[in-house]
Amino acid sequence: MKRAFPIFGILTAVLLAYALYQALVVAPTEQTMGDVQRIFYYHVPSAWTAFIFFFINFGASVVYLVKRRPAADIIALVCAEVGVVFCTVVLITGPIWARPVWGIWWTWDMRLTSTLVLWLIYVSYLLLRRFSSGGETPVLAAALAVLGALCVPFVYFSIWFFRTQHPQPVMGGGGSIDPRMLHALLINWLAFSCFAFMVCWSRYRLETLQRDVDQAHALKSLRDPRGSR
Amino acid sequence: MKNGYLFAAYAATWIIHIAYLSTIITRYSRLKREIEELKKR
Repeated sequence: MKRAFPIFGILTAVLLAYALYQALVVAPTEQTMGDVQRIFYYHVPSAWTAFIFFFINFGASVVYLVKRRPAADIIALVCAEVGVVFCTVVLITGPIWARPVWGIWWTWDMRLTSTLVLWLIYVSYLLLRRFSSGGETPVLAAALAVLGALCVPFVYFSIWFFRTQHPQPVMGGGGSIDPRMLHALLINWLAFSCFAFMVCWSRYRLETLQRDVDQAHALKSLRDPRGSR
Repeated sequence: MKNGYLFAAYAATWIIHIAYLSTIITRYSRLKREIEELKKR
């Protein structure tokens, strides 16, 4: 697995470069918005990737609540972190697109507000993990993650249930999209998903290493209470 | 001017990802040093 990492890394870098080329050069310019529409090739795949990672976080949290496996707890933590990073990208690229198109940076529309709430839920999850030192922290965090995951379908379907300023979904929204635009979108999603899984894997290794070091320090302090650290 | 927004969005995306990757790399090298110190003792 260690050998596969650099190869997968190079492939991901090539795929990201190809995806950028598709987004900036190959995909046609949208008639009404012009080049600013190309933000969509980063904004939408980031949102989908964030949702996927929040769902993995949900699955891992359920496994942890049922079986109390430490690996599930690590996967949940790592996926929440990567999901928050991608959700941050969504919350930043969205307003940058909205300013020239809508004339405003932000509006308290249902899709935008629910995305912000989702981001806040997972940021609070990470803060809980970071600053709470009790033994029950992983259980509390897993319970919060289960509740947080309920927000994901709400964010996705909010544009169907409520009147909103946000554009309709690309998939299943009833509209049509130029095949070259769809291709650029899907390539960018694939590239960002590969990138996210690589980051996730690195973060998983870091977390396991951190726990091993903490355990080693704890054992050392038990053996030598005065000389530890 | 509209291209400025496009550039800003793409740049912001990569700044966020690179910043996050940097924190992972920094923490990883700090841990490696800590492990070396633990092995020495």
